[in-house]
Amino acid sequence: MSGHSTYEPKTAFERWLDTRLPILRLANDTALDFPTPKNLNYWWTFGGILAICLVVQIVTGIVLAMHYVANSALAFNSVEHIMRDVNHGWMIRYIHANGASMFFLAVYVHIARGLYYGSYKAPREVLWLLGCVIYLLMMATAFMGYVLPWGQMSYYGAVVITNLFSAFDKIIPGVGTAITTWLWGGFAVDNATLNRFFSLHYLLPFMIAGVVGLHIWALHVPGNNNPVGVEVKSKADTVPFHPYYTVKDAFAILVFFIPFAWFVFFAPEALGHADNQVPANPLATPIHIVPEWYFLPFYAILRAVPDKLFGVLLMFSAIAMLFALPWLDTSKIKSMRYRPTARWFFGFFILATLGLGWCGGKLPDDVVIPFGRDAVSGEAVGFTVVMMSRVLAAYYFAYFLLVMPLLGLFEKTLPVPDSISTPVLTKGGAAMPSGAAAAPEKKG
Amino acid sequence: MAESAKANAHPTADEDPNRRDFIHIAALSVAGVGAAATAWPFIDQMNPSGDTLALASIEQDISKIAVGQQMVIKWRGKPVFIRHRTPAEIAAAVKDDHADMRDPASDASRTKPGQQQWLIVIGVCTHLGCVPNFGTGDYGGWFCPCHGSVYDTSGRIRKGPAPLNLQLPDYQFTGPTQVKIG
Repeated sequence: MSGHSTYEPKTAFERWLDTRLPILRLANDTALDFPTPKNLNYWWTFGGILAICLVVQIVTGIVLAMHYVANSALAFNSVEHIMRDVNHGWMIRYIHANGASMFFLAVYVHIARGLYYGSYKAPREVLWLLGCVIYLLMMATAFMGYVLPWGQMSYYGAVVITNLFSAFDKIIPGVGTAITTWLWGGFAVDNATLNRFFSLHYLLPFMIAGVVGLHIWALHVPGNNNPVGVEVKSKADTVPFHPYYTVKDAFAILVFFIPFAWFVFFAPEALGHADNQVPANPLATPIHIVPEWYFLPFYAILRAVPDKLFGVLLMFSAIAMLFALPWLDTSKIKSMRYRPTARWFFGFFILATLGLGWCGGKLPDDVVIPFGRDAVSGEAVGFTVVMMSRVLAAYYFAYFLLVMPLLGLFEKTLPVPDSISTPVLTKGGAAMPSGAAAAPEKKG
Repeated sequence: MAESAKANAHPTADEDPNRRDFIHIAALSVAGVGAAATAWPFIDQMNPSGDTLALASIEQDISKIAVGQQMVIKWRGKPVFIRHRTPAEIAAAVKDDHADMRDPASDASRTKPGQQQWLIVIGVCTHLGCVPNFGTGDYGGWFCPCHGSVYDTSGRIRKGPAPLNLQLPDYQFTGPTQVKIG
């Protein structure tokens, strides 16, 4: 895709094909001989893990679509049919349902790795933006997929998310309502909604696959970032992708499959919600509505704001922050290995996001830190979930809007090595046999 | 496998090519078994599901079928012909028992003893699966409109491209006018 091609056709057929469709050259230059920094650690295997997640979701999803019926009268029973009657249907559905959770787990690790090692900075801004687009498409796909079983949580998830757009009624009266009516294809979430969600749920993964292609293209122009955050200076800084990272990625994928399989076979409903075993009933909402775990931080931000429109806008802004990040961060140093202060802010950012997720799963008025009891009702009073959500959401936005722009101007950083190889060769790495692909985990 | 070829071409002192080959073969074998075990559920899910297999047998009241007429019912998604044959049709079928046929079978072997008036066959042409039309064709049995196969009053193939007689479903008479198919 970029740089000098190392492909040499070995047979007459390969030479013939190479002058007509250089597909073997492309495969060689992107997946076999691609020069990759030799110090990538296991956080870098999540790209490959995510590719596998997408394949697993598409394969199991195509199978499920063979047995599922996208009709409000039949959908719930068709899912029961998959679980009870279709050969291995239970397993394929549990792989698909838990696969969505594993997909998000992997993407959050992948994003966090990018944040820590500054993978969004020049010259990788487009790569980062494409990743953000993939994340948005993933959220849309997961949301619509969750609606398809047409249980109570499916139904009210669809009701709540589509109603987010009704907040725009406050800007121009009628516009929000017009949008929701258009999304629903009626005056409530109903058969028309289910049918179009199924159509889009089938389409979007292929759009994700397309953007993944662009993401990899944009990766291979500047090449991988690495834990040191110093660009590749010479061939000595790299190893060929195959076999070094094909094997490393394959090993990581197999390890990743262990918790995946544990969920599928031992706790398949652990990440779901019991209310989704009840068929959708448009006349009665379950008592406690929560989204899937991977949306909880955003859900907490939404609920933290008492104003409908502002809450919705703030929730969307939380994702918009990621898009803006390459231009918010003023530090020239990529890796936080050499930014000790930034490392602390980053750690708190991860904690704040996890804390928001925890808040999203609780009732807004639950008391986190009790100050005492209400004199009349006897109920605990104190610091509530919604207050905690506000504090954590404030930090979430401050990280992007204050810390990232200002820290780069004022922080004291550690000396950055000249090249990827320097920390290995100068600090205790000299004893390494030459040519060993050592990862400089500890450096000065 | 390109790697093992490389290892073979340039064996170094501390790298035994045979051990390297063994690791490659062992790893690929395990991966192959794993891939096959993973692929099987995804192939098998397209086979008939449990609820489809459960629709195995049905009961049918045949008292309303007049002599010389047939009833067509659906069993496992396919048509089944229940034909109340006339004495003349039975006689014609028995007379041809030893005629030159593609799939020889006696009329008695295609009906239940004492119930020769009832011919029960699966109404699917053995050529390419169309449903033959009742009472047409040279032998007064069925005629398939798709490619011109001709069946006699015992459902045996007599002319045209079909290779076999109309198939017989498993059935038994559960009463004088009651039949259980499947």
